[in-house]
Amino acid sequence: MRAIARRLGFYLVTAIVAVSLDFLIPRLIPGNPVDAILAKAQGQQFSTATIAAMDEQFGVNTKASLWAQYTHFWSDVLHFNFGVSVSNGFEPVSSVINAAAPWTLGLVGLATLISFALGTLIGAIVAWRRGSWLDNLLPVVTFFQAAPYFFLAFLAVDLFAIKLGWFPAEGAHQNMDFPAFNWTYISDVLDHAVLPALTIVVASAAGWIVGMRNVMLTTMDEDYVLIAAAKGLPRHRVIWYAARNAILPSVSSFALAIGFIVSGALLTEIVFSYPGLGLLLVNAVADNDYALLQGIFLLITFAVLLANLIADFVYVFLDPRIRQEA
Amino acid sequence: MAMGIGTDQLAQRALRLPRSPKILTGLGILLFFILWAIIGPFVRPYSPDATFANAPVPLPPSGAHWLGTTQVQQDVFSQLLVGGGRMIGVALIGGIIATVASVAIGVTAGYLGGLADDLLSMLANIFLVMPALPLLIIMVGFLGQSASSNLFVIALVIAVTGWAWGARVLRAQTLSLRNRDYVDSARIIGERRWRIIATEILPNLTPIVATSFLFTVLYAVGTYAALAFLGLVNPNWSWGGMLFYAQLSNAELTGYWWWFIPPGLAIALLGTSLVLLNFGIDEFINPRLRTAGLTSKGRRGRRGRRRPEFALTPVIRTVTGTGISTGISTAASTATSAGTGPAAEGGLA
Repeated sequence: MRAIARRLGFYLVTAIVAVSLDFLIPRLIPGNPVDAILAKAQGQQFSTATIAAMDEQFGVNTKASLWAQYTHFWSDVLHFNFGVSVSNGFEPVSSVINAAAPWTLGLVGLATLISFALGTLIGAIVAWRRGSWLDNLLPVVTFFQAAPYFFLAFLAVDLFAIKLGWFPAEGAHQNMDFPAFNWTYISDVLDHAVLPALTIVVASAAGWIVGMRNVMLTTMDEDYVLIAAAKGLPRHRVIWYAARNAILPSVSSFALAIGFIVSGALLTEIVFSYPGLGLLLVNAVADNDYALLQGIFLLITFAVLLANLIADFVYVFLDPRIRQEA
Repeated sequence: MAMGIGTDQLAQRALRLPRSPKILTGLGILLFFILWAIIGPFVRPYSPDATFANAPVPLPPSGAHWLGTTQVQQDVFSQLLVGGGRMIGVALIGGIIATVASVAIGVTAGYLGGLADDLLSMLANIFLVMPALPLLIIMVGFLGQSASSNLFVIALVIAVTGWAWGARVLRAQTLSLRNRDYVDSARIIGERRWRIIATEILPNLTPIVATSFLFTVLYAVGTYAALAFLGLVNPNWSWGGMLFYAQLSNAELTGYWWWFIPPGLAIALLGTSLVLLNFGIDEFINPRLRTAGLTSKGRRGRRGRRRPEFALTPVIRTVTGTGISTGISTAASTATSAGTGPAAEGGLA
């Protein structure tokens, strides 16, 4: 449990750094963000109160000390008050994010789990069968590892949605209004999720395959695997012994991977016009909607930290050595 | 297992390096793209901004336009040729800045230990865990279009988010090197700290510095493409920018494949060459990772028939001054391979 406590402390520090960066970046970088917002949003009527609120949020034309601004920023963050989104009719940022976040969480969460399970399994098989035709899989995997997610998304739309017409090309469901929560709706949502999820799985599984294969090759050299094989245990038991140990670095490198996958998934959403945070992000970029950008950055960082914490718990569960320490 | 051996042996091994097919292929593709970046702007048939025939839709490839035209009738082939320079430039500059930072921070943390190590490691871990794309977006977003059109600024911003992985791996390796006998003896002789780091530690880190450089270049390729695809940095004319315009005109919904496949494929191939090189160096550090085509030949020569049933490779223990180094080097190469695994996914893209 000490290990978990230490990780928890680390995530807390990371969260504090993230909030501080969110606060500092608009203040450190030259230029006036409020002017930029006003310049971009021609034709929209800004009330003086809105402009004053934005001045305060980004630290321009203010007489308050940096520390006072910082503490005020913290109290805003803790109250989920991230200002208003100029690209969404001055709606509060928190409610704009609330509407989009479930789509991203569902899509990315599910796709990540599938990709981890599938990639680890394939990686173990490729390592175990080293020297067979399966090795030829590696160059293909390499290509998918290097290809941008959004390019794979382009190909998926062009091939499976337009040319073959198997899946819808855009959106998350048929009608923009929310119908009854019945099977028609659910199957429609799933139908729309298949292609984006497939893109994320194909693009991200490559990393798990290579990672698992490389560690598995090292693990297979361990004495306990040799003994298991020498005892004449069935082959699947031997592989299980090796794989159980080889999976540990994959779980611990989850921390690195999840950030990449989330970033790639956001870009995938844009190609599929999936109404999640990625689409929100690109619109916010186009409209200089800085408040929304700040809010999304914090939300994604916190989500990634939470995913890491879960991975840590799984690690403790998998590795008895860590439990022994406590 | 490169760390147990001296510089001379390392040089010998380095000479053997290019025999791996992965390295050769990777190097070949990379050289092709570097050439492309250099001569592309001179051999382009048209200006990438020039507009042609007054057609309402993109035209498919033809004799006049080898890769067809865009929505506003610009030549795709010319844009593709011009885009190579920006991509390679940003990727190399970003990779160099990030690698210098990760060597400085990683080696310092590993060699000094104590509080400095704790703080620097914490900093690296924070940057590793924080999702890079949203951070990049708020940084570049607040910088504004004019500042972010500057390639050097883009490379710098990418490097800020890309140094941490290399620093972590280099720290781990420095940690395992700093108490070797030859380092101890240098210390006892009274060598200065910077001299020990420069002459005893750094040469033995070469393969890891190389992988972390390739990894950051790969990261920069993916990230630059992603930022241009988002329209955050000036999209005229980079490969990511071409995809940005293609997406704006819904090229994927209307089947204008000649518009989005060439730039996407170029990014993917450039990335593939870097991943291949990285694999090659990984296998050089940890021979167990080699695919059978390479090892079985060597092994048959050395050890006769290998067990066909279960691919067990012999555990090679190299005895060095400090004793058996297998444990350390395995841990280190595991760190590299696990790191290059999920992390090296073509940056953010």
